[in-house]
Amino acid sequence: MSAKSTFRICPTTGLKVDRDAENLIKVNAVAAVVFLLIGGLFGLSIALTRWPTVHLLPADWFYLALTAHGFDVLLAWIIFFEMAILYFASAVLLNCRLAAPRWAWAQFGLMLVGALIANATVLAGNSSVMFTSYPPLQASPWFYLGLILFAVGALIGCAVFFGTLVVAKDEKTYAGSVPLVTFGAVTAAIIAVFTLASGAIILIPTWLWSLGLISNIDPLMYKLVWWGMGHSSQQINVSAHVAVWYAIGAMVLGAKPISEKVSRMAFLMYILFLQLASAHHMLVEPGVSSSWKIFNTSYAMYLAVLGSMIHGLTVPGSIEAAQRAKGYTKGLFEWLRKAPWGNPAFAGMFLSLVMFGFLGGISGVVMGTEQINLIMHNTLYVPGHFHATVVAGTTLAFMAITYLVVPLIFRRHVMFPKVAQLQPYVFALGIAGISLFMMGAGTLGVPRRHWDITFADALTTFQFSPAAFLMLALNGIFACMAALGGAMYIVVVVCSVFFGRRIGDTEKVPLGPVTGAQSAAAVAHYGSAGTLRIPGTVALVGVFFVSFILYYYVNWKYLAELWPLR
Amino acid sequence: MAITPPSERIWWKEPIHKVELVWVIVAFLWGLAMFFTMIWWHGFGQQNLSNEAYRITPAQYAAKVDEMIEDHTVRQEGAFPVVRPPPGSDVYMMGRVYMWWPMLELEKGQTYRLHLSSIDLQHGFSLQPLNINVQVHPGYEMVMTLTPTTTGEFGIVCNEYCGLGHHTMTGRIYVVDRT
Repeated sequence: MSAKSTFRICPTTGLKVDRDAENLIKVNAVAAVVFLLIGGLFGLSIALTRWPTVHLLPADWFYLALTAHGFDVLLAWIIFFEMAILYFASAVLLNCRLAAPRWAWAQFGLMLVGALIANATVLAGNSSVMFTSYPPLQASPWFYLGLILFAVGALIGCAVFFGTLVVAKDEKTYAGSVPLVTFGAVTAAIIAVFTLASGAIILIPTWLWSLGLISNIDPLMYKLVWWGMGHSSQQINVSAHVAVWYAIGAMVLGAKPISEKVSRMAFLMYILFLQLASAHHMLVEPGVSSSWKIFNTSYAMYLAVLGSMIHGLTVPGSIEAAQRAKGYTKGLFEWLRKAPWGNPAFAGMFLSLVMFGFLGGISGVVMGTEQINLIMHNTLYVPGHFHATVVAGTTLAFMAITYLVVPLIFRRHVMFPKVAQLQPYVFALGIAGISLFMMGAGTLGVPRRHWDITFADALTTFQFSPAAFLMLALNGIFACMAALGGAMYIVVVVCSVFFGRRIGDTEKVPLGPVTGAQSAAAVAHYGSAGTLRIPGTVALVGVFFVSFILYYYVNWKYLAELWPLR
Repeated sequence: MAITPPSERIWWKEPIHKVELVWVIVAFLWGLAMFFTMIWWHGFGQQNLSNEAYRITPAQYAAKVDEMIEDHTVRQEGAFPVVRPPPGSDVYMMGRVYMWWPMLELEKGQTYRLHLSSIDLQHGFSLQPLNINVQVHPGYEMVMTLTPTTTGEFGIVCNEYCGLGHHTMTGRIYVVDRT
């Protein structure tokens, strides 16, 4: 096999790039962007339907759009992109050939077929069961089959990734330990394996049930196992986008982890504890005990949250150290002010980091508190939270690294640099609005997945406060803004990939259309406290920590105002 | 850099930066604080969800609901019977496509054992504007003990998707003051 592999040497990074890996990164990234476009349009139509004065879609289309939106952006866009990241973090970063390229093509083919089947089935109209498809609600067998094929494809992608790691080790294509970014990708792939296994354990019987071969699927058991896939797959995203944060910090600023040991430990905590998060969806279910809920919902005493809180210090910390080494040492924040904010890769990455922590992280821990879940479960607070994690966190980070993938892998200059520069800001502001206003509406009791909170056709009505309607209108406005940011991304990326000026095989490229600073020389020696100062990061983390504590206890206060119940 | 192998081969023996170490310890302790807050609330807080639940068939549950309606209905409101069960008793609320059945009238300051189940799909019991949200499964009966402390008209919304009429699934609980 190795004789057949051909490589080119990347003139910018000096990395050896396997042609097979390069092609697979390309097709997976293209498929990802196509599904982002489809899913994004469904998302916009949902937000415009929730906006009471617009109320765009009829009820059946609304529920259809919700189902398709969940599949296309939460699964298809993100997992196709993650496949590209896995091939990049293994073959490209380790200077290695891709193990079993034919199997990698099988990954792509199966995922594509699965995604198309799932989309066609949902569009046919008889499978509007939401992304979660809770039984006894039943979809067409094709819906489950599409999901299963998609998952099998992803599993093959993980196997190719692990195979490539073995090949790289065997052929000694790198010295010492794998890079931190690859380590993060390994974390993502390991979590992906047990996530997809949970999916298979529950989706295969459910598929047989939809075919009439199994008489009954217990709804409680389904939820427990399904969320072993549904929630844990979000932890694949977290691991992948944290790896992307480190990668962008390294590629754009030459940032180096403050301590390899601490950052890798933080990734390890994800592997060990994130799987318990299925419990987040079981906090107000009958038949599940409080002690089970408390242990599992807290990832065994918040050890996975600890992992994220560590990355929350080490990612900006490594950037601050790199910037200070370049001479931006004035005051607390000169390093941040003089950061390359005009480079969309950096801007997107930093906005993703801040919004994931402040909006997604804090709201997730609060909502996942056993008793507090009672005032949030299945309200719009839930999508408010996960749009902050999955869209502001993962999607924005993936968009950011695309601005590096286009010149490095597609070998094209990024077109419309001014649009690209603005894109992360427009998208981030839109998403921040979506998240905050959905969380606000949820706090006022507005249910998620609900077509009409005026209850015009219901037998009895209930009047939500005017503030709730205002929140939904604001959500609609900010969704338009996010859609604009998404459209800017798609136009820039698609035009660049197909019509961008080609980059010659020996031409070096600046990383991003407008780089502030090229990859710098290695930064201070890590570990030794004397050479490293990161007071600005300490201040930022301090602000985060205080907000976290305040918001956490404010919600206990809200809870305490309810009727006593036990 | 994070995209190249660690520059120190034996990276796991490098000392940890003091700022990192302090933050790891602080974050770990905060995790413990949040963990023990949940346990503490079980002892000292007033709002803890019940652990009491039973397996039940939809037919058995519907029979219990019917019995309560027969014994304690005080008036009719449109399609709904309004039931006023005696304080301290077992009261039943049933989810089905697309209504919360029946309407209840409870007394402020009295304690009731509220049973929740569904006879068809999963539903979300969402009591508004209080914002108490509980998942309701067919085949499982949850019993929670609750004490209304405010009077008025409370809406029940369904917040788990249950089909194309999901947004029309509502119900009502009245709380009256008889002291």
